[in-house]
Amino acid sequence: MKLITAILKPFKLDDVKNALQAHGINGMTVSEASGFGRQKGHTEVYRGAEYTVDLVPKVRLEVLVDDSEANSVVDVIVKAASTGSIGDGKVWTTPVDQIVRVRTGERGVDAI
Amino acid sequence: MEATVLNSGDTAWMLASTALVLLMTPGLAFFYGGMVRTKSVLNMMMMSMVTIGIVSILWVIYGFELAFGYKGNSPWFGSFSLSGLGSQVNAFTNNGGVYPIPLLVFAAFQLMFAIITPALISGAIADRTKFTAWAIFVAIWTTIVYFPVAHWVFAFGNKVGDKTTGTGYLAGKGLEDFAGGTAVHINAGAAGLALAIILGKRVGWRKEAMRPHSLPLVLLGSGLLWFGWFGFNAGSALAANGLAGLAFMNTQVATAGALIGWILVEKIRNGHATSLGAASGAVAGLVAITPACAFVAPWAAVVIGFIAGILCSLAVGMKYKFGFDDSLDVVGVHLVGGIWGSLAIGFFGTHIVNSVGIDGLFYGGGSALLGKQALGVGMVAGYSFIVTLILGFIIEKTIGFRIPRDAEIEGIDLSEHAETAYEMTSSSRGGSF
Repeated sequence: MKLITAILKPFKLDDVKNALQAHGINGMTVSEASGFGRQKGHTEVYRGAEYTVDLVPKVRLEVLVDDSEANSVVDVIVKAASTGSIGDGKVWTTPVDQIVRVRTGERGVDAI
Repeated sequence: MEATVLNSGDTAWMLASTALVLLMTPGLAFFYGGMVRTKSVLNMMMMSMVTIGIVSILWVIYGFELAFGYKGNSPWFGSFSLSGLGSQVNAFTNNGGVYPIPLLVFAAFQLMFAIITPALISGAIADRTKFTAWAIFVAIWTTIVYFPVAHWVFAFGNKVGDKTTGTGYLAGKGLEDFAGGTAVHINAGAAGLALAIILGKRVGWRKEAMRPHSLPLVLLGSGLLWFGWFGFNAGSALAANGLAGLAFMNTQVATAGALIGWILVEKIRNGHATSLGAASGAVAGLVAITPACAFVAPWAAVVIGFIAGILCSLAVGMKYKFGFDDSLDVVGVHLVGGIWGSLAIGFFGTHIVNSVGIDGLFYGGGSALLGKQALGVGMVAGYSFIVTLILGFIIEKTIGFRIPRDAEIEGIDLSEHAETAYEMTSSSRGGSF
């Protein structure tokens, strides 16, 4: 089992979510995040004083999948999230030891 | 001598104006509150709110008499009296002549000026001022600075026949300040500079970003100030007449000019016209036209406002050069805007729009008026700065003017008021008694 974590541009969230649902993924967790990579930040001006804001708003999307699906789901996310410009984000996978569904107590792949 | 008959039109307009001017102080609370960070917005707004409470009480007990009483017959202060305004319910206003409006209406109108002046100072010392120290400061400052200065500028004395008693020093010298460029704005601006020096910089000033947390609140505040300012300026005619109309129009067009002037500077200098710039420009224009609104023609008001917008947008950068943390630019907007507006009368003033007005330089009146204006600017700025510096120093050395460093970092709303302004995330909800 794998946890797929994707950092996305906030305005691409709907595209990614729709692509995942079309791919048969029916559960995910989304949270607001901020950070920077090569994109760096931006400049804001208040009464002539310039501030460099280096943490840019992003969303973090997390999906649990079976090992066999991991690569294809990552591809779906990357395809839907890409604009080709700097700051598009990153996607990575992490091995998961155990998953438990809180309501039923199901464990492992059955709980995905 | 004919008996004075109450004029209900004038009285109605003055009652409405009084309520308009009161609204400026909550408006100021929004204007300032939006400019500070999330953790100090309530404290910023409370500094204005508590001023309404304190000054209103002082005004009834002795403030009005100290500012406008004539029985002391002094150019420097009014009367020392604890009458509680109880004996004057049926009296008419007499301020350099009789106005057919009740004295209590005039007293209520002037109270609103006494409230907003100390409230304006609070922007210079945002995020770090001990609340009780602020409350004590407001009570003492209003007593020893505002009440006397209001007497110098606004008290034209009690006129009976040809005899006038208790005229203020600057009013007697012929200073033209229609609604308080000196007594309100220069007074508050100079005091703000003194307190910013006494309290010192905020933790992290010039190192970390101190962005305004809510520009919509700032715009809401500037809108309320603009609206209320029609009472401030046009109400200062003390009548519903042509002079009020002139002040009303000048207030509108000077503010428009300043708004455009400020964002033009930003567009050229920084590449973007900002909403904070538009709000700040409007307030700078309102400040600058305050003393001049009934002494200049509307075209001149546009010029005065436009120059105020440019001047103040450049002046707000001074604090970085000189290294004082005037947090919300009370000096750059109110002191600089107030000085410009007061001096501008010396150039643009004309008797054509106001029969008691004196011609300035551009109308062939020479530099005499400019000299009187400069005297008023210098006296009010000097007195306010020096007395505030001494008062601030005494408060700092006795009860302390600042909250502890840790409390300032954590947020003054929590340490001084045990409240937070916003429920930021769902996980911070709940709790228990």
